[in-house]
Amino acid sequence: MTDQLYQEIILDHYKHPHGRGLRDPYSGEAHHVNPTCGDEITVRVTDDLSDISYDGMGCSISQASASVLHELLKGKPIGEAAKIHEAFVELMQGRGQVEPDEEVLGDGIAFAGVARYPARVKCALLPWMAFKDAAARAGVEVTV
Amino acid sequence: MTAFDVARVREDFPILSREINGHPLVYLDSANTSHKPVQVLDVMRTYWERHNANVSRSVHTLGTESTTAYEDARAKVATFIGARSPDEVVFTKNSTEAINLVAHSLGASVGPGDEVVISEMEHHSNIVPWQLLCERTGATLRWFGITDDGLLDESGLAELINERTRIVSLVHMSNILGTINDVSRIIARAHEVGAQVLLDCSQSVPHLPLDVVELGADLIAFTGHKMLGPTGIGVLWARADLLREMPPFLGGGSMIETVTMERTTYAAPPARFEAGTPPIAEAVGLGAAVDYLSAIGMREIHEHEIELTGYALKTLAGIDGVRVYGPGTPDGRGGTVSFDVAGVHPHDVGQILDDLGVEVRVGHHCARPVCARFGVSSMTRASFYLYNTTAEIDALAAGVEQVKKVFS
Repeated sequence: MTDQLYQEIILDHYKHPHGRGLRDPYSGEAHHVNPTCGDEITVRVTDDLSDISYDGMGCSISQASASVLHELLKGKPIGEAAKIHEAFVELMQGRGQVEPDEEVLGDGIAFAGVARYPARVKCALLPWMAFKDAAARAGVEVTV
Repeated sequence: MTAFDVARVREDFPILSREINGHPLVYLDSANTSHKPVQVLDVMRTYWERHNANVSRSVHTLGTESTTAYEDARAKVATFIGARSPDEVVFTKNSTEAINLVAHSLGASVGPGDEVVISEMEHHSNIVPWQLLCERTGATLRWFGITDDGLLDESGLAELINERTRIVSLVHMSNILGTINDVSRIIARAHEVGAQVLLDCSQSVPHLPLDVVELGADLIAFTGHKMLGPTGIGVLWARADLLREMPPFLGGGSMIETVTMERTTYAAPPARFEAGTPPIAEAVGLGAAVDYLSAIGMREIHEHEIELTGYALKTLAGIDGVRVYGPGTPDGRGGTVSFDVAGVHPHDVGQILDDLGVEVRVGHHCARPVCARFGVSSMTRASFYLYNTTAEIDALAAGVEQVKKVFS
């Protein structure tokens, strides 16, 4: 049953994260904590999204999710990044009823199974919410 | 007393026959909340079906029956912990409320220059109320550290508890390390300087024979749902003479003597601390839980858990990549065993174990400073009770092997 949750793609991103580590320069930074489990992440963005860097400690789901976020949003035009962000949040909040679009979400579709585990949705969303805050602090609005 | 028979005990807990994800339920999360035997469920159902009424105010039959049931529960709890009188037992919502009650009531006489002493081993419920008290009053919060072996570090005892110390509030048994703190030296020192000692017994009262007079603390707090009772009912015990001096915490009905528009005089304890309609059925349920535990025998339960703990410590130590926190033998520790699987986050450990029907708790266990002390953000915790078996610990070990396989 947890095969649905621990897709190979997720485990790959967890073991070999893309773009991990905090980098300069950046225009906005946000630090988010999941108070129930203590997982933490810091996300930095430049105001043109040419770099998104992050560091944190947490479970495979939250860490893989940060890696996928980096892969999907770094270097994207802001409007497109906002669309991808919205699609990912919608997938996570869809209780497993939302069919993900691979064209938009790429490796992010591997998180479809996570949406069936209410206790883990927060883990997957942690980097995305931190990104949204960091972007807002950089003056970038990622809400569609 | 007949010999302890875990198979017979298990028959009293209907939930234990459940399956989780196609596997028999292996419940290793009793430090979080315990399951309830039919004896408790039946008593609560009968209370609601036959006796339901408000307490301490009605002259009618149902009111009298309810009041009797509520006060009988208080007397049972008093006997269970060796209190000198039922009047020393205050019903609260849970341990957290009991500790907050003390922080407000006993804390009312604390001021700038005074010191409150806790430890790094506390549950958040025994940290935050004291931080709030110190913020309100200008008192200083100080604490004991933890040794590498998971014991309270008493090396600075004489200085840490001094003539400025007013309240010492410590965990009796750690909810994360399993350590049962030998608090005798600390209590002796606190009393030498005139400080009051509160012990958070949330994890000890459900699992050990405990006698408040022998323990020597001035107050203790514990909660019903961790000792086979329902949620929503907890206990503050305090020495009668101390309780008599303490001002009210919450104001309202039931805690008064006389009310005029100008002022109010307060009832004697324990009523003084039980404003409003209390959790009546829950108190009655806790009374039934105490009956159940007493019939089996706390010594027998404790011995069963020592056996489980020894088996778990040995089993987990034998798994490559597993690190156990807290004391390494069952001496001076209870059946709460936190551990780490190398390279795998506790959330992922817990998820895969759940897939196999093994229910453990993962996270910081509301004791984040303990995690920080050992350099981790969270831990996986297995905790045992009277209904657990060594076969369930084998299921845990098999689950941990599966965790390692998925994340290899």
